[in-house]
Amino acid sequence: MNIIVCLKQVPDTETLIKVAPDGQSIVKDDIKWVMNPYDEFGVEEALRLKEKFGGEVTVVGLGPKRVTETIRTALAMGCDKGVLINDPALENSDVLGRAKALAAVIKNLDFDIIFTGQRGVDEDNGLVGAALAELLDIPQLSLIVKVEVSEDGKSVKVNRPVEGQVLVIESSLPALITAQKGLNEPRYASLPGIMKAKKKPLEEKTLADLGLDASGVGEGARKLKILQMTPPPQRAAGKIIEGETPEEKAAQLAKLLREEAKAI
Amino acid sequence: MAQGVMTIAEQRDGEIRKISYELVSEGRRLADSLGQEVTTLLLGSNIKDKASTLGHYGADKVLVAEDPRLDPYTTDAYVAVIAELVKANDPAILILGASVQGKDLSGRLSAKLGVGMAQDCTVFAIEDGNLVATRPIYAGKAYAKVTFSDSFPQMATARPNVMTLNEPDTSKSAEVVDASFTLDDSAIKTKVADVMKDESGKVDLTEADKIVSGGRGMKGPENYNILEALADVIGATVGASRSAVDAGWRPHTDQVGQTGKVVSPNLYIACGISGAIQHLAGMSTSKVIVAINKDPDAPIFQKADYGVVDDLFKVVPPLTEEIKKLL
Repeated sequence: MNIIVCLKQVPDTETLIKVAPDGQSIVKDDIKWVMNPYDEFGVEEALRLKEKFGGEVTVVGLGPKRVTETIRTALAMGCDKGVLINDPALENSDVLGRAKALAAVIKNLDFDIIFTGQRGVDEDNGLVGAALAELLDIPQLSLIVKVEVSEDGKSVKVNRPVEGQVLVIESSLPALITAQKGLNEPRYASLPGIMKAKKKPLEEKTLADLGLDASGVGEGARKLKILQMTPPPQRAAGKIIEGETPEEKAAQLAKLLREEAKAI
Repeated sequence: MAQGVMTIAEQRDGEIRKISYELVSEGRRLADSLGQEVTTLLLGSNIKDKASTLGHYGADKVLVAEDPRLDPYTTDAYVAVIAELVKANDPAILILGASVQGKDLSGRLSAKLGVGMAQDCTVFAIEDGNLVATRPIYAGKAYAKVTFSDSFPQMATARPNVMTLNEPDTSKSAEVVDASFTLDDSAIKTKVADVMKDESGKVDLTEADKIVSGGRGMKGPENYNILEALADVIGATVGASRSAVDAGWRPHTDQVGQTGKVVSPNLYIACGISGAIQHLAGMSTSKVIVAINKDPDAPIFQKADYGVVDDLFKVVPPLTEEIKKLL
Protein backbone atom coordinates (compact mmCIF):
# COMPACT_ATOMS: atom_id res chain seq x y z
CA MET A 1 0.00 0.00 0.00
CA ASN A 2 1.52 3.28 -1.08
CA ILE A 3 0.51 6.37 0.77
CA ILE A 4 1.10 10.05 0.24
CA VAL A 5 0.90 12.61 3.01
CA CYS A 6 0.70 16.30 2.16
CA LEU A 7 2.43 18.53 4.67
CA LYS A 8 2.08 22.17 5.48
CA GLN A 9 4.38 24.12 7.71
CA VAL A 10 2.54 26.55 9.97
CA PRO A 11 3.33 28.83 12.92
CA ASP A 12 3.27 26.94 16.21
CA THR A 13 -0.17 27.39 17.80
CA GLU A 14 1.47 29.25 20.72
CA THR A 15 2.44 32.03 18.31
CA LEU A 16 1.05 35.51 18.82
CA ILE A 17 0.04 36.57 15.33
CA LYS A 18 0.88 40.16 14.33
CA VAL A 19 -0.37 41.79 11.16
CA ALA A 20 2.44 43.25 9.04
CA PRO A 21 2.45 47.01 8.28
CA ASP A 22 1.31 46.30 4.69
CA GLY A 23 -1.97 44.99 6.13
CA GLN A 24 -1.78 42.06 3.71
CA SER A 25 0.22 39.47 5.61
CA ILE A 26 1.49 38.52 9.04
CA VAL A 27 4.87 39.32 10.57
CA LYS A 28 6.98 36.25 9.89
CA ASP A 29 10.02 37.09 12.07
CA ASP A 30 10.46 35.11 15.27
CA ILE A 31 7.89 32.52 14.31
CA LYS A 32 8.52 28.93 15.35
CA TRP A 33 7.47 26.88 12.33
CA VAL A 34 6.03 23.43 12.93
CA MET A 35 4.19 20.69 11.09
CA ASN A 36 0.49 21.52 10.82
CA PRO A 37 -1.03 19.59 13.78
CA TYR A 38 -3.71 17.97 11.59
CA ASP A 39 -1.02 16.77 9.16
CA GLU A 40 0.67 14.96 12.06
CA PHE A 41 -2.43 12.77 12.37
CA GLY A 42 -2.11 12.03 8.63
CA VAL A 43 1.53 11.03 9.00
CA GLU A 44 0.75 8.77 11.96
CA GLU A 45 -2.16 7.05 10.19
CA ALA A 46 -0.04 6.53 7.07
CA LEU A 47 2.69 4.91 9.15
CA ARG A 48 0.21 2.60 10.90
CA LEU A 49 -1.18 1.48 7.53
CA LYS A 50 2.33 0.92 6.23
CA GLU A 51 3.12 -1.21 9.28
CA LYS A 52 0.06 -3.33 8.52
CA PHE A 53 0.12 -3.53 4.73
CA GLY A 54 3.71 -2.72 3.78
CA GLY A 55 4.52 -0.26 1.01
CA GLU A 56 5.92 3.24 1.04
CA VAL A 57 4.94 6.57 2.52
CA THR A 58 5.88 9.67 0.54
CA VAL A 59 5.49 13.13 2.03
CA VAL A 60 4.90 16.12 -0.21
CA GLY A 61 5.41 19.61 1.11
CA LEU A 62 5.02 22.99 -0.51
CA GLY A 63 6.77 26.17 0.53
CA PRO A 64 10.17 27.74 1.01
CA LYS A 65 13.36 25.92 1.99
CA ARG A 66 12.47 25.92 5.71
CA VAL A 67 9.71 23.37 4.95
CA THR A 68 12.53 20.85 4.50
CA GLU A 69 12.69 20.64 8.31
CA THR A 70 9.04 19.62 8.51
CA ILE A 71 9.53 16.99 5.82
CA ARG A 72 12.59 15.68 7.72
CA THR A 73 10.43 15.43 10.85
CA ALA A 74 7.98 13.22 8.95
CA LEU A 75 10.88 11.13 7.61
CA ALA A 76 12.21 10.80 11.16
CA MET A 77 8.79 9.57 12.28
CA GLY A 78 9.14 6.80 9.69
CA CYS A 79 8.05 8.07 6.27
CA ASP A 80 10.23 6.88 3.40
CA LYS A 81 10.84 9.81 1.11
CA GLY A 82 9.98 13.43 0.62
CA VAL A 83 9.28 15.93 -2.12
CA LEU A 84 9.39 19.68 -1.59
CA ILE A 85 7.76 21.95 -4.12
CA ASN A 86 9.80 25.10 -3.72
CA ASP A 87 9.30 27.96 -6.10
CA PRO A 88 9.16 31.65 -5.21
CA ALA A 89 6.21 32.05 -7.60
CA LEU A 90 4.10 29.94 -5.23
CA GLU A 91 4.66 32.18 -2.22
CA ASN A 92 1.31 33.96 -2.50
CA SER A 93 -0.64 31.26 -4.30
CA ASP A 94 -4.19 30.56 -3.29
CA VAL A 95 -5.85 27.22 -2.59
CA LEU A 96 -6.34 26.23 -6.22
CA GLY A 97 -2.80 27.18 -7.16
CA ARG A 98 -1.35 25.11 -4.34
CA ALA A 99 -3.64 22.17 -5.11
CA LYS A 100 -2.56 22.26 -8.76
CA ALA A 101 1.11 22.17 -7.79
CA LEU A 102 0.53 19.25 -5.40
CA ALA A 103 -1.52 17.42 -8.03
CA ALA A 104 1.29 17.84 -10.57
CA VAL A 105 3.66 15.96 -8.25
CA ILE A 106 1.19 13.35 -7.04
CA LYS A 107 -0.32 12.37 -10.40
CA ASN A 108 3.01 10.80 -11.33
CA LEU A 109 3.24 8.76 -8.14
CA ASP A 110 1.68 5.40 -7.42
CA PHE A 111 -0.69 5.73 -4.46
CA ASP A 112 -3.66 4.13 -2.71
CA ILE A 113 -4.40 6.81 -0.14
CA ILE A 114 -3.54 10.48 0.20
CA PHE A 115 -3.71 12.08 3.62
CA THR A 116 -3.94 15.81 4.25
CA GLY A 117 -4.81 17.63 7.45
CA GLN A 118 -8.46 18.71 7.59
CA ARG A 119 -7.20 22.29 7.56
CA GLY A 120 -4.02 24.28 8.02
CA VAL A 121 -4.10 26.09 11.34
CA ASP A 122 -2.79 29.22 9.61
CA GLU A 123 -5.27 30.35 6.99
CA ASP A 124 -7.93 27.92 8.26
CA ASN A 125 -9.24 27.27 4.75
CA GLY A 126 -9.69 23.51 4.87
CA LEU A 127 -9.94 23.47 1.08
CA VAL A 128 -6.70 22.13 -0.39
CA GLY A 129 -7.49 18.46 0.31
CA ALA A 130 -10.83 18.60 -1.49
CA ALA A 131 -9.39 20.62 -4.36
CA LEU A 132 -6.59 18.08 -4.75
CA ALA A 133 -9.08 15.20 -4.78
CA GLU A 134 -11.09 17.00 -7.45
CA LEU A 135 -8.02 17.60 -9.62
CA LEU A 136 -7.00 13.94 -9.30
CA ASP A 137 -10.61 12.81 -9.77
CA ILE A 138 -10.65 10.57 -6.70
CA PRO A 139 -13.14 10.43 -3.79
CA GLN A 140 -12.55 12.66 -0.78
CA LEU A 141 -13.30 11.63 2.78
CA SER A 142 -13.02 14.68 4.97
CA LEU A 143 -12.78 15.29 8.73
CA ILE A 144 -12.08 11.65 9.50
CA VAL A 145 -11.43 10.18 12.97
CA LYS A 146 -11.19 6.47 12.10
CA VAL A 147 -9.78 4.65 9.07
CA GLU A 148 -10.25 0.95 8.35
CA VAL A 149 -8.74 -0.37 5.13
CA SER A 150 -10.17 -3.67 3.87
CA GLU A 151 -7.90 -6.73 3.99
CA ASP A 152 -7.48 -6.69 0.21
CA GLY A 153 -6.43 -3.03 0.35
CA LYS A 154 -8.99 -2.03 -2.24
CA SER A 155 -11.54 -0.14 -0.16
CA VAL A 156 -11.79 1.88 3.02
CA LYS A 157 -14.36 2.53 5.73
CA VAL A 158 -14.04 5.77 7.67
CA ASN A 159 -15.82 7.62 10.48
CA ARG A 160 -16.76 11.27 10.10
CA PRO A 161 -18.32 13.02 13.10
CA VAL A 162 -20.90 15.56 11.99
CA GLU A 163 -23.00 17.70 14.33
CA GLY A 164 -24.57 15.20 16.75
CA GLN A 165 -23.80 12.01 14.83
CA VAL A 166 -21.03 9.97 13.28
CA LEU A 167 -21.26 8.87 9.65
CA VAL A 168 -19.59 5.63 8.61
CA ILE A 169 -18.60 6.09 4.98
CA GLU A 170 -17.32 3.50 2.53
CA SER A 171 -15.21 4.29 -0.49
CA SER A 172 -13.13 2.55 -3.07
CA LEU A 173 -9.41 3.30 -3.19
CA PRO A 174 -7.55 5.37 -4.22
CA ALA A 175 -9.09 8.12 -2.12
CA LEU A 176 -8.05 11.24 -0.27
CA ILE A 177 -8.63 11.42 3.49
CA THR A 178 -8.44 14.61 5.54
CA ALA A 179 -7.40 13.94 9.12
CA GLN A 180 -9.32 15.30 12.09
CA LYS A 181 -8.23 15.34 15.73
CA GLY A 182 -9.13 12.05 17.37
CA LEU A 183 -7.79 9.92 14.51
CA ASN A 184 -4.74 8.82 16.52
CA GLU A 185 -1.95 9.97 18.82
CA PRO A 186 1.02 10.89 16.63
CA ARG A 187 4.32 9.32 17.61
CA TYR A 188 7.46 11.25 18.37
CA ALA A 189 10.48 10.82 16.15
CA SER A 190 13.03 8.53 17.83
CA LEU A 191 16.73 9.36 17.91
CA PRO A 192 17.61 6.54 15.47
CA GLY A 193 14.69 7.77 13.34
CA ILE A 194 16.17 11.25 13.24
CA MET A 195 19.58 9.84 12.23
CA LYS A 196 18.05 7.71 9.48
CA ALA A 197 15.94 10.59 8.18
CA LYS A 198 19.08 12.47 7.19
CA LYS A 199 19.83 9.81 4.59
CA LYS A 200 16.33 9.41 3.19
CA PRO A 201 15.65 10.84 -0.28
CA LEU A 202 14.26 14.38 -0.38
CA GLU A 203 13.74 15.88 -3.82
CA GLU A 204 13.08 19.52 -4.59
CA LYS A 205 10.91 20.57 -7.49
CA THR A 206 10.30 23.93 -9.10
CA LEU A 207 7.24 24.84 -11.14
CA ALA A 208 9.28 24.32 -14.30
CA ASP A 209 10.14 20.78 -13.15
CA LEU A 210 6.41 20.14 -12.83
CA GLY A 211 5.58 21.62 -16.21
CA LEU A 212 3.57 24.41 -14.56
CA ASP A 213 3.60 28.10 -15.25
CA ALA A 214 3.44 30.80 -12.58
CA SER A 215 0.59 32.48 -14.46
CA GLY A 216 -1.65 29.48 -13.73
CA VAL A 217 -0.76 28.83 -10.09
CA GLY A 218 1.03 31.90 -8.71
CA GLU A 219 -0.20 35.11 -7.14
CA GLY A 220 -1.59 36.35 -10.45
CA ALA A 221 -3.95 33.37 -10.59
CA ARG A 222 -5.47 34.12 -7.19
CA LYS A 223 -9.25 34.02 -7.23
CA LEU A 224 -9.51 35.33 -3.69
CA LYS A 225 -7.85 38.67 -2.97
CA ILE A 226 -6.91 39.80 0.50
CA LEU A 227 -8.06 43.38 0.93
CA GLN A 228 -6.90 43.80 4.47
CA MET A 229 -5.72 41.85 7.48
CA THR A 230 -6.44 43.22 10.93
CA PRO A 231 -5.96 42.14 14.52
CA PRO A 232 -9.12 40.63 16.03
CA PRO A 233 -11.69 43.10 17.35
CA GLN A 234 -10.97 44.04 20.97
CA ARG A 235 -13.54 43.12 23.58
CA ALA A 236 -14.59 45.82 26.03
CA ALA A 237 -13.16 45.40 29.52
CA GLY A 238 -15.25 43.01 31.60
CA LYS A 239 -16.61 43.19 35.13
CA ILE A 240 -15.15 41.30 38.04
CA ILE A 241 -18.01 40.16 40.23
CA GLU A 242 -17.61 41.37 43.80
CA GLY A 243 -18.83 39.50 46.85
CA GLU A 244 -17.79 38.29 50.30
CA THR A 245 -18.46 34.62 49.65
CA PRO A 246 -18.61 32.36 46.59
CA GLU A 247 -22.37 32.11 47.12
CA GLU A 248 -22.76 35.88 46.96
CA LYS A 249 -20.71 36.03 43.78
CA ALA A 250 -22.77 33.23 42.25
CA ALA A 251 -26.00 35.05 43.05
CA GLN A 252 -24.66 38.31 41.65
CA LEU A 253 -23.47 36.58 38.44
CA ALA A 254 -26.83 34.84 37.94
CA LYS A 255 -28.60 38.19 38.30
CA LEU A 256 -26.30 39.94 35.81
CA LEU A 257 -26.59 37.16 33.24
CA ARG A 258 -30.35 37.32 33.49
CA GLU A 259 -30.95 41.06 33.76
CA GLU A 260 -27.98 42.81 32.19
CA ALA A 261 -26.57 40.41 29.60
CA LYS A 262 -29.97 38.80 28.95
CA ALA A 263 -28.03 35.64 28.19
CA ILE A 264 -30.23 33.25 30.20
CA MET B 1 -24.12 38.11 -16.47
CA ALA B 2 -24.11 36.38 -13.12
CA GLN B 3 -26.94 37.64 -10.96
CA GLY B 4 -28.63 36.96 -7.65
CA VAL B 5 -27.71 35.25 -4.42
CA MET B 6 -27.90 31.48 -4.10
CA THR B 7 -27.75 29.66 -0.78
CA ILE B 8 -27.44 25.93 -0.23
CA ALA B 9 -29.88 24.62 2.38
CA GLU B 10 -28.91 21.80 4.68
CA GLN B 11 -31.31 19.14 5.87
CA ARG B 12 -31.02 15.99 7.89
CA ASP B 13 -33.64 13.26 8.29
CA GLY B 14 -36.15 15.38 6.41
CA GLU B 15 -35.75 18.42 8.68
CA ILE B 16 -34.21 21.68 7.52
CA ARG B 17 -31.31 22.70 9.73
CA LYS B 18 -31.05 26.10 11.40
CA ILE B 19 -27.96 27.06 9.38
CA SER B 20 -30.16 27.00 6.26
CA TYR B 21 -32.30 29.80 7.71
CA GLU B 22 -29.23 31.76 8.77
CA LEU B 23 -27.98 31.57 5.16
CA VAL B 24 -31.31 32.66 3.69
CA SER B 25 -31.50 35.56 6.19
CA GLU B 26 -28.02 36.77 5.30
CA GLY B 27 -28.61 36.10 1.60
CA ARG B 28 -31.74 38.29 1.81
CA ARG B 29 -29.73 41.21 3.20
CA LEU B 30 -27.08 40.86 0.47
CA ALA B 31 -29.67 40.49 -2.28
CA ASP B 32 -31.52 43.58 -1.00
CA SER B 33 -28.42 45.70 -1.19
CA LEU B 34 -27.88 44.46 -4.76
CA GLY B 35 -31.56 44.75 -5.66
CA GLN B 36 -31.56 41.09 -6.65
CA GLU B 37 -33.21 37.81 -5.71
CA VAL B 38 -32.41 34.99 -3.29
CA THR B 39 -32.65 31.43 -4.53
CA THR B 40 -32.16 28.53 -2.14
CA LEU B 41 -31.16 25.11 -3.31
CA LEU B 42 -32.68 22.26 -1.30
CA LEU B 43 -31.44 18.75 -2.00
CA GLY B 44 -32.80 15.53 -0.59
CA SER B 45 -35.46 12.91 -0.97
CA ASN B 46 -39.13 13.69 -0.20
CA ILE B 47 -38.16 17.10 1.09
CA LYS B 48 -40.28 19.40 -1.08
CA ASP B 49 -42.99 19.94 1.52
CA LYS B 50 -40.39 21.57 3.79
CA ALA B 51 -39.35 24.11 1.17
CA SER B 52 -41.94 26.76 2.02
CA THR B 53 -40.42 27.65 5.43
CA LEU B 54 -37.31 28.92 3.61
CA GLY B 55 -39.58 31.57 2.09
CA HIS B 56 -40.56 32.78 5.57
CA TYR B 57 -36.94 33.77 6.15
CA GLY B 58 -36.63 35.63 2.86
CA ALA B 59 -35.98 33.23 -0.03
CA ASP B 60 -37.68 34.32 -3.26
CA LYS B 61 -37.32 30.94 -4.86
CA VAL B 62 -36.53 27.44 -3.63
CA LEU B 63 -35.07 25.07 -6.18
CA VAL B 64 -35.76 21.54 -5.00
CA ALA B 65 -33.62 18.67 -6.22
CA GLU B 66 -35.17 15.38 -5.15
CA ASP B 67 -33.60 11.99 -5.66
CA PRO B 68 -33.19 9.00 -3.32
CA ARG B 69 -29.45 9.28 -3.97
CA LEU B 70 -29.42 12.77 -2.41
CA ASP B 71 -30.34 11.45 1.02
CA PRO B 72 -28.24 11.02 3.04
CA TYR B 73 -25.65 13.56 1.92
CA THR B 74 -22.65 12.36 -0.03
CA THR B 75 -19.99 14.68 -1.40
CA ASP B 76 -20.11 13.13 -4.87
CA ALA B 77 -23.85 13.32 -5.46
CA TYR B 78 -24.21 16.81 -4.00
CA VAL B 79 -21.25 18.25 -5.90
CA ALA B 80 -22.48 16.80 -9.19
CA VAL B 81 -26.01 18.18 -8.79
CA ILE B 82 -25.08 21.55 -7.29
CA ALA B 83 -22.38 22.22 -9.90
CA GLU B 84 -24.92 21.62 -12.64
CA LEU B 85 -27.55 23.84 -11.02
CA VAL B 86 -25.07 26.62 -10.27
CA LYS B 87 -23.98 26.67 -13.92
CA ALA B 88 -27.59 26.68 -15.12
CA ASN B 89 -28.65 29.50 -12.76
CA ASP B 90 -25.44 31.55 -12.85
CA PRO B 91 -25.69 33.27 -9.43
CA ALA B 92 -23.34 36.15 -8.59
CA ILE B 93 -22.99 34.94 -4.99
CA LEU B 94 -23.10 31.40 -3.62
CA ILE B 95 -23.25 30.88 0.15
CA LEU B 96 -23.06 27.66 2.13
CA GLY B 97 -22.82 26.95 5.85
CA ALA B 98 -19.44 26.31 7.45
CA SER B 99 -20.93 23.18 9.03
CA VAL B 100 -19.19 19.83 8.63
CA GLN B 101 -21.25 19.19 5.51
CA GLY B 102 -20.69 22.69 4.13
CA LYS B 103 -16.96 22.48 4.69
CA ASP B 104 -16.81 19.12 2.95
CA LEU B 105 -18.86 20.39 0.05
CA SER B 106 -17.31 23.83 -0.39
CA GLY B 107 -13.79 22.62 -1.11
CA ARG B 108 -14.79 20.17 -3.77
CA LEU B 109 -17.44 22.38 -5.35
CA SER B 110 -15.18 25.44 -5.57
CA ALA B 111 -12.45 23.36 -7.20
CA LYS B 112 -14.94 21.88 -9.66
CA LEU B 113 -16.27 25.33 -10.52
CA GLY B 114 -12.73 26.73 -10.52
CA VAL B 115 -13.70 29.66 -8.30
CA GLY B 116 -12.34 31.33 -5.19
CA MET B 117 -13.90 30.31 -1.88
CA ALA B 118 -13.88 32.19 1.44
CA GLN B 119 -14.25 29.71 4.31
CA ASP B 120 -15.98 30.23 7.66
CA CYS B 121 -16.87 33.93 7.28
CA THR B 122 -18.33 36.01 10.09
CA VAL B 123 -19.27 39.15 8.13
CA PHE B 124 -20.51 39.70 4.58
CA ALA B 125 -20.99 43.03 2.84
CA ILE B 126 -21.54 44.35 -0.64
CA GLU B 127 -19.00 46.94 -1.79
CA ASP B 128 -19.20 48.36 -5.31
CA GLY B 129 -21.56 45.55 -6.22
CA ASN B 130 -19.13 42.85 -5.11
CA LEU B 131 -19.11 40.49 -2.16
CA VAL B 132 -16.60 41.36 0.55
CA ALA B 133 -16.21 38.73 3.24
CA THR B 134 -14.46 38.89 6.59
CA ARG B 135 -13.05 35.69 7.97
CA PRO B 136 -11.04 34.86 11.07
CA ILE B 137 -7.65 33.32 10.26
CA TYR B 138 -5.13 31.72 12.62
CA ALA B 139 -8.25 30.64 14.55
CA GLY B 140 -9.22 34.25 15.13
CA LYS B 141 -5.81 35.63 16.09
CA ALA B 142 -6.21 37.79 12.96
CA TYR B 143 -9.04 38.70 10.59
CA ALA B 144 -8.84 38.89 6.79
CA LYS B 145 -11.17 40.91 4.63
CA VAL B 146 -11.29 39.28 1.21
CA THR B 147 -12.90 39.78 -2.14
CA PHE B 148 -13.00 37.91 -5.42
CA SER B 149 -11.07 38.47 -8.57
CA ASP B 150 -13.03 37.79 -11.73
CA SER B 151 -14.41 34.64 -10.12
CA PHE B 152 -18.14 33.88 -10.32
CA PRO B 153 -20.02 32.86 -8.39
CA GLN B 154 -18.38 34.61 -5.45
CA MET B 155 -18.41 31.66 -3.09
CA ALA B 156 -18.24 31.61 0.70
CA THR B 157 -19.31 29.68 3.76
CA ALA B 158 -20.81 31.34 6.85
CA ARG B 159 -19.87 30.35 10.38
CA PRO B 160 -22.87 28.77 12.11
CA ASN B 161 -24.58 30.88 14.81
CA VAL B 162 -23.08 34.15 13.59
CA MET B 163 -25.44 35.48 10.90
CA THR B 164 -28.54 37.14 12.33
CA LEU B 165 -31.66 35.08 11.81
CA ASN B 166 -34.60 36.99 10.28
CA GLU B 167 -37.90 36.89 12.16
CA PRO B 168 -39.85 34.28 10.18
CA ASP B 169 -42.77 35.89 8.36
CA THR B 170 -45.40 33.33 7.41
CA SER B 171 -47.05 35.81 5.05
CA LYS B 172 -43.99 35.60 2.81
CA SER B 173 -43.73 32.67 0.50
CA ALA B 174 -41.15 31.45 -1.93
CA GLU B 175 -41.76 30.09 -5.38
CA VAL B 176 -40.97 26.37 -5.08
CA VAL B 177 -39.58 24.87 -8.28
CA ASP B 178 -38.47 21.36 -9.16
CA ALA B 179 -34.89 21.53 -10.35
CA SER B 180 -33.97 19.70 -13.48
CA PHE B 181 -30.67 17.87 -13.21
CA THR B 182 -28.91 14.71 -14.21
CA LEU B 183 -27.16 12.44 -11.75
CA ASP B 184 -25.12 9.59 -13.09
CA ASP B 185 -24.57 6.60 -10.78
CA SER B 186 -20.95 6.50 -11.87
CA ALA B 187 -20.41 9.92 -10.25
CA ILE B 188 -21.13 8.46 -6.81
CA LYS B 189 -18.07 6.74 -5.42
CA THR B 190 -18.76 6.88 -1.70
CA LYS B 191 -21.61 5.54 0.35
CA VAL B 192 -22.90 6.18 3.85
CA ALA B 193 -22.86 2.69 5.35
CA ASP B 194 -24.08 3.62 8.80
CA VAL B 195 -25.15 6.56 10.93
CA MET B 196 -24.29 6.42 14.61
CA LYS B 197 -26.55 8.87 16.39
CA ASP B 198 -25.54 10.61 19.55
CA GLU B 199 -28.38 9.53 21.81
CA SER B 200 -27.64 12.21 24.40
CA GLY B 201 -29.54 14.62 22.17
CA LYS B 202 -27.13 17.40 23.05
CA VAL B 203 -26.54 20.17 20.56
CA ASP B 204 -23.13 20.16 18.90
CA LEU B 205 -20.71 22.78 20.24
CA THR B 206 -20.50 24.54 16.88
CA GLU B 207 -24.27 25.06 16.88
CA ALA B 208 -24.84 25.53 20.60
CA ASP B 209 -26.50 28.67 21.88
CA LYS B 210 -24.81 28.25 25.26
CA ILE B 211 -21.65 26.43 26.29
CA VAL B 212 -20.28 25.55 29.73
CA SER B 213 -16.62 24.59 29.35
CA GLY B 214 -14.22 23.05 31.83
CA GLY B 215 -10.43 23.02 31.82
CA ARG B 216 -7.56 21.75 33.90
CA GLY B 217 -9.10 23.37 36.97
CA MET B 218 -11.79 20.68 36.91
CA LYS B 219 -9.12 18.39 38.44
CA GLY B 220 -10.58 15.21 36.95
CA PRO B 221 -13.30 13.72 34.75
CA GLU B 222 -15.51 12.90 37.75
CA ASN B 223 -16.07 16.58 38.48
CA TYR B 224 -17.72 17.49 35.18
CA ASN B 225 -21.08 16.56 36.69
CA ILE B 226 -21.27 20.02 38.26
CA LEU B 227 -20.89 21.53 34.77
CA GLU B 228 -23.45 19.09 33.36
CA ALA B 229 -25.88 20.21 36.10
CA LEU B 230 -25.42 23.87 35.18
CA ALA B 231 -25.66 23.04 31.46
CA ASP B 232 -28.93 21.17 32.03
CA VAL B 233 -30.48 24.15 33.77
CA ILE B 234 -29.56 26.72 31.12
CA GLY B 235 -29.79 24.42 28.08
CA ALA B 236 -26.08 24.44 27.30
CA THR B 237 -23.61 22.00 25.77
CA VAL B 238 -20.53 21.07 27.80
CA GLY B 239 -17.14 21.75 26.22
CA ALA B 240 -13.55 21.37 27.35
CA SER B 241 -10.12 22.88 26.95
CA ARG B 242 -7.33 21.07 25.17
CA SER B 243 -5.61 20.13 28.42
CA ALA B 244 -8.77 18.44 29.69
CA VAL B 245 -9.11 16.52 26.42
CA ASP B 246 -5.44 15.58 26.27
CA ALA B 247 -5.69 14.31 29.84
CA GLY B 248 -8.44 11.98 28.63
CA TRP B 249 -11.13 13.58 30.81
CA ARG B 250 -13.37 14.48 27.87
CA PRO B 251 -13.69 13.23 24.27
CA HIS B 252 -11.95 15.01 21.36
CA THR B 253 -15.30 16.17 20.02
CA ASP B 254 -15.68 18.36 23.13
CA GLN B 255 -12.50 20.38 22.55
CA VAL B 256 -12.85 24.11 22.00
CA GLY B 257 -9.86 25.92 20.52
CA GLN B 258 -7.46 26.26 17.64
CA THR B 259 -7.03 22.51 17.19
CA GLY B 260 -10.59 21.77 18.25
CA LYS B 261 -13.89 23.41 17.52
CA VAL B 262 -14.30 27.10 16.90
CA VAL B 263 -17.52 28.15 18.61
CA SER B 264 -19.79 31.22 18.64
CA PRO B 265 -22.47 30.73 21.28
CA ASN B 266 -24.51 33.51 22.86
CA LEU B 267 -23.10 32.54 26.23
CA TYR B 268 -19.77 30.88 26.99
CA ILE B 269 -18.98 29.99 30.61
CA ALA B 270 -15.33 29.01 31.10
CA CYS B 271 -14.70 27.13 34.35
CA GLY B 272 -11.19 26.43 35.51
CA ILE B 273 -9.79 27.43 32.12
CA SER B 274 -6.73 29.66 32.30
CA GLY B 275 -7.13 30.84 28.72
CA ALA B 276 -4.21 29.61 26.64
CA ILE B 277 -3.99 31.56 23.39
CA GLN B 278 -5.23 28.51 21.44
CA HIS B 279 -8.34 28.29 23.61
CA LEU B 280 -9.10 32.00 23.43
CA ALA B 281 -8.78 31.77 19.65
CA GLY B 282 -11.52 29.17 19.54
CA MET B 283 -14.19 31.02 21.55
CA SER B 284 -13.52 34.72 21.09
CA THR B 285 -16.53 35.26 18.79
CA SER B 286 -18.86 34.21 21.64
CA LYS B 287 -21.28 37.00 22.50
CA VAL B 288 -21.14 36.90 26.30
CA ILE B 289 -18.14 35.32 28.01
CA VAL B 290 -18.02 34.37 31.69
CA ALA B 291 -14.84 33.18 33.38
CA ILE B 292 -14.70 31.42 36.72
CA ASN B 293 -11.16 30.84 37.90
CA LYS B 294 -9.35 31.20 41.20
CA ASP B 295 -6.25 32.72 39.58
CA PRO B 296 -6.91 36.47 39.19
CA ASP B 297 -4.09 36.68 36.62
CA ALA B 298 -5.53 34.02 34.30
CA PRO B 299 -5.57 35.38 30.72
CA ILE B 300 -9.20 34.26 30.31
CA PHE B 301 -10.24 37.31 32.37
CA GLN B 302 -8.93 39.58 29.59
CA LYS B 303 -11.64 38.20 27.29
CA ALA B 304 -14.43 37.81 29.83
CA ASP B 305 -17.45 40.09 30.11
CA TYR B 306 -18.00 38.76 33.63
CA GLY B 307 -15.27 37.34 35.79
CA VAL B 308 -15.52 35.49 39.08
CA VAL B 309 -12.22 35.10 40.89
CA ASP B 310 -12.90 32.15 43.15
CA ASP B 311 -12.87 28.39 43.45
CA LEU B 312 -15.15 27.04 40.72
CA PHE B 313 -16.20 24.15 42.98
CA LYS B 314 -17.65 26.70 45.40
CA VAL B 315 -19.17 28.97 42.71
CA VAL B 316 -20.72 26.69 40.08
CA PRO B 317 -23.16 24.68 42.28
CA PRO B 318 -24.70 27.82 43.91
CA LEU B 319 -24.74 29.49 40.45
CA THR B 320 -26.83 26.59 39.16
CA GLU B 321 -29.21 26.98 42.11
CA GLU B 322 -29.48 30.76 41.73
CA ILE B 323 -30.25 30.46 38.01
CA LYS B 324 -32.93 27.85 38.77
CA LYS B 325 -34.63 30.41 41.02
CA LEU B 326 -34.58 33.04 38.26
CA LEU B 327 -35.86 30.90 35.42
